[in-house]
Amino acid sequence: MKPIKELNPQFLESKENKQHLIDYLLGVADNYLILGQRLGELCGHGPNLEPDIALTNISLDMLGQVRSFYQYIAQLKGDKTTEDDIAFLRKEREYKNVLLVEQPNTDFGYVIVRQFFFDVYNRLFLNALQQSADETLRALAFKGIKEASYHERFSGDWLKRLGDGTEESKTRVQQAVNDLWIYTDELFHTTNADDAMIASGVAPDMLQLKEYYYDKVGELLSTATLEIPEVEYFQKGGKEGLHSEHMGYILADMQYMQRAYPDSKW
Amino acid sequence: MIQDYNISQDLQNILESVKDPEIPVLNVVDLGVIREVIVEGKEITIKLTPTYSGCPAMDVIGDDLERAFAAHGYSTTIQLIMSPPWTTDWITERGRKALEEYGIAAPLEETADKDVLLNDKKQVKCTNCGSQNTKLVSQFGSTACKAMFQCEDCLEPFDYFKCLK
Repeated sequence: MKPIKELNPQFLESKENKQHLIDYLLGVADNYLILGQRLGELCGHGPNLEPDIALTNISLDMLGQVRSFYQYIAQLKGDKTTEDDIAFLRKEREYKNVLLVEQPNTDFGYVIVRQFFFDVYNRLFLNALQQSADETLRALAFKGIKEASYHERFSGDWLKRLGDGTEESKTRVQQAVNDLWIYTDELFHTTNADDAMIASGVAPDMLQLKEYYYDKVGELLSTATLEIPEVEYFQKGGKEGLHSEHMGYILADMQYMQRAYPDSKW
Repeated sequence: MIQDYNISQDLQNILESVKDPEIPVLNVVDLGVIREVIVEGKEITIKLTPTYSGCPAMDVIGDDLERAFAAHGYSTTIQLIMSPPWTTDWITERGRKALEEYGIAAPLEETADKDVLLNDKKQVKCTNCGSQNTKLVSQFGSTACKAMFQCEDCLEPFDYFKCLK
C-alpha cells in the first residue's frame, strides 16, 4: 500500500518530532508487551491443550512484534539503549499501554474477551498503519497484520462458542464483557505525541475507525447471543502512564530477573 | 525455485548445512529466509528475513549461520530484513517435499488455506495415508508456523504448515 503522505526527509532531524515518535511508538508497543506477558502467564495453565498452545502462540507473536518496535525505538534514540532496556528497565509510569491489556486472566472468558476487544482494534490499526508515512512502520504493519488476522479469528470463534454455549459459559463470558467494556474506549484516546504523529501522517487516525470498531465488536457479540453493555463512564489513564493496581504485579514478575541480576543474558 | 545467491558451491553447501532448529529437515535456503549473501574476502554478510515475528528459531538460525561459517574461517554479519515480509511461497519445492516426508503437510495456496483453517473444506492431505478426509484440530500448533490437523480415516494427528501471505 502507498503511504498516505510523504514524510519530509528532515522530519526526524527535529528533536521534538523524534521524541514524539518515540512516545507514540511506546504507546503502540507497550500494548503488545503487556498483553504478551499476560498471555504468557497462561503457559501450561490453559483450559486444555489446544487453547493453551494457541494463547502462548499469540503471546509469542506479540512479543516478537514488540521486539521490532523496541529495536526501532532504540535505533531512534541512537544511544546505548537496547530493546531489553526498554522492556525491562522502565518504571510503571513510563509504560504507555492501555488499561485493557493489563487486566488479569480472571478466567478463560476474561482472557478471550480481552483478546477479542484488542484483536479487533489491532487488526484495524495494523491495516491502517500500512499507509504510514514512516517506512519502518509500514514494513512492521505489513508483517504484523498477517498474524493479527489469525488472532482475531481465534478469539472471535471462542467468544461465539462461549456466548452461544452453555448457561454457565454464557453467564461468565457476559460478566467478562460487562467488566472489560469500560476499557475499550481508551484504545481510541490520543496523547499529544499521538496527535503530532497523526498530523504528520506517521500514525493512522484511529478515531475515524472507532464507529467501525464498535459495529464490528457489536456484531460479533450479537452473533454470540451476548448483550452489549450500556455504560456512561469509560476508564482511562494507561496511555498517560496511570495504570491499574494490576500493573505493578506484572512488572514485578516480568522484570524480576533483570532487577535481581542486572544485564543477565540467556 | 531456489534463489541464486551468486556464491561458490562451497559457500552454498555451508549455507545449506544450517537447518531450521524446529524443523530439522528444512535448511535455511529451502525455508526461503536467506535474501542475499554478500561475500567480501573472509567476511560474509547474510540478509535474513524472519518468518513469524516471535519465532525463536530466528535467533538460533542467526547463531547457527555464524557458527557454520566460522568453522570454515569466515566471519559473518547477520542483517534482519523486514520488508518485503517472508511468505510460505518462498519455501522451495525441495523444501515442501522434505516437509511432507517429515510428516508436516506443506502450505496450500492462500484461498484454500483460508477454507481449511475455517474448517469449511477438506483439502489438507494426511501425511500418513494421503487421505483428504482430515479435520482441523487447532489453528495453532507446536510452533508459530503450524496448525494441528487429524486424519479421520487413519486417525493420525499431524501438523500443517500454515500459509502466510
